[in-house]
Amino acid sequence: MTELIVALAIGVLATSGVWLLLRPRTFQVAVGLSLLAYAVNLFIFAMGRLRVGVPPVVDAARTADPAAFADPLPQALVLTAIVISFATTALLLVVLLAARGFSGTDHVDGREPEQ
Amino acid sequence: MSIAEHIVMLPIVLPLAAGAITLVLDEERVALRASISIGAALLLVAAAVALVGVAGGSFATVYRVGNWPAPFGIVLVVDRVAAILVLLTSVLGVASLVFSLARWDRAGPRFHSLVQFLIMGVNGAFLTGDLFNLFVFFEVLLAASYGLALHGSGEVRVRASLHYIVVNLAASLLFLIGVSLIYGATGTLNMADLALRWREAAPPDRALFESGAAILGVAFLVKAGMWPLGFWLPGAYSSASAPAGALFAILTKVGVYAVLRTGLLFGMEAEAVPSTGTPWLAYAGMATIAFGALGVLASQELARLAAYSVMVSSGTLLAAIAIGSTRLTGAALYYLVVSTLGLSALFLLVDLVDRGRRPGADLLAVTAEAFGAGEGEGEEIEIGKSIPAVTALLGLSFGACAVMLAGLPPLAGFVGKFAMLDALLEPNPVPAASWAMVALLVVSGFATVIAMTRAGVRRFWVAHAGSVPRVHVIELAPIVVLLAMCAALTVGAGPLIRYLDEGARALHAPGGYVDRVLAP
Repeated sequence: MTELIVALAIGVLATSGVWLLLRPRTFQVAVGLSLLAYAVNLFIFAMGRLRVGVPPVVDAARTADPAAFADPLPQALVLTAIVISFATTALLLVVLLAARGFSGTDHVDGREPEQ
Repeated sequence: MSIAEHIVMLPIVLPLAAGAITLVLDEERVALRASISIGAALLLVAAAVALVGVAGGSFATVYRVGNWPAPFGIVLVVDRVAAILVLLTSVLGVASLVFSLARWDRAGPRFHSLVQFLIMGVNGAFLTGDLFNLFVFFEVLLAASYGLALHGSGEVRVRASLHYIVVNLAASLLFLIGVSLIYGATGTLNMADLALRWREAAPPDRALFESGAAILGVAFLVKAGMWPLGFWLPGAYSSASAPAGALFAILTKVGVYAVLRTGLLFGMEAEAVPSTGTPWLAYAGMATIAFGALGVLASQELARLAAYSVMVSSGTLLAAIAIGSTRLTGAALYYLVVSTLGLSALFLLVDLVDRGRRPGADLLAVTAEAFGAGEGEGEEIEIGKSIPAVTALLGLSFGACAVMLAGLPPLAGFVGKFAMLDALLEPNPVPAASWAMVALLVVSGFATVIAMTRAGVRRFWVAHAGSVPRVHVIELAPIVVLLAMCAALTVGAGPLIRYLDEGARALHAPGGYVDRVLAP
């Protein structure tokens, strides 16, 4: 059940993200990239296999069996990925505002399409 | 571990330190920031030269960060190819920084820090032996390149950067999907470990690994500017400021290098039909050459011409890698080095040549040519007027760039293309893909000659080409030095090609690399 929910969540986020990424307004593109980044982050997390109620940090006092722990590596990777996508999205927002200021429109090409 | 071994770390640590220091220094302390930055770049060249020596002595030198054993910790690996590319990056860094001292480094905030971080990212990507680490270094160099693309501001730059950032963010997400699929399927991200594990993987995992590798490849190819994934490239590169453009010349090569390294480690050859390499990559590379050559012919601005030349160069490399004989890879690596030097010089030169020209002059010239208007009407022919020294020097450098990029003798571009042609025509019978590649190499060179001659004539041989640009010596010096290096590499082509041939042989036989990395 968990697998289905997580897979659906990733799928819905990625679909919406791709849809918005292909839209002509810069704000939609920025939101689309954020949604895609969420989808990818969840995906990385899921690649460490979904386990409920197991800690990722090995506690030598309890047991030395690795099967009793969740894979900590994807969790560490996802932290890096979150930080990087967060920072680049912030930069994108600044550029988006600058483009809006220069061109007076929020179209990604800097001019309104001709009617 | 002796002190000398830590030299492997220097190409990453030096720019990081210089970038961090220049970041916290006051904006007013121009001279101090510039000297720290240039000093670090020069030290980096020395370190890279030492690295080339180290790499020449052994198969591959492995540096374990934090001294964790290989599949668990992160490793940096120096072999011949990586060392040469690090040296190339550091040389471009110095050239670009020196050039920027005249005015560009004050055209926007934190220029020196951005350049240093870019160099750090590029060097890291060349040296790392770990896929996720490769992602992090890609992000470092991309984040710095976003800043550099925006450097100098202005509407054109901001609009081009917006496209550049969006495309590359999307490509980075693909990169992450690829990396996590590979991890999910094999349980490791160390490249050497992966090279062993993917062969042993059970069929469902094997399929996952292969799709992960394919997605990863798409991300690399976006960065390499392959057609049809490289439409972002001409806009972003041609609108970037000159020193940024000179550094961007190496960025597509990082993508090419990543394809080469991971492709050969993950058995790109083993999967392919013998003697024809990876057919679709070869054809896509050739399509990139054709697209780039058409773009070169169609360009009215010099900066766009330079940007399309980057596509030609990267397409040539991709096709050569894909066709994939060891000798061809060696020749292609030599071509990579010299074409990057030439492109970098061209990006710097364009800024000087276009200085003092009216905006829109290029378009006017083309329309005037097309309609035959304005010729000889009221124009006095000046007789016996001497050419200003600056114009002569710029013209000579432009000619040298044209000869380099088109691959005409006597400069190094010719040696590179000739070595590739020689390697392409070596097997008997020559496969169809190789013939197509030979034709495209020649035709793209011809297109470059036409476009560069046309542009050169329009800029240097007209009576009213605008005022003579005011040029500082420190702006001309890096261009002359880069071109002089091309000339030196023509003379010294033998040793460099032999060195790179050895490197290519090591790349094509990844067993040695794997053994060295995983050795206890």
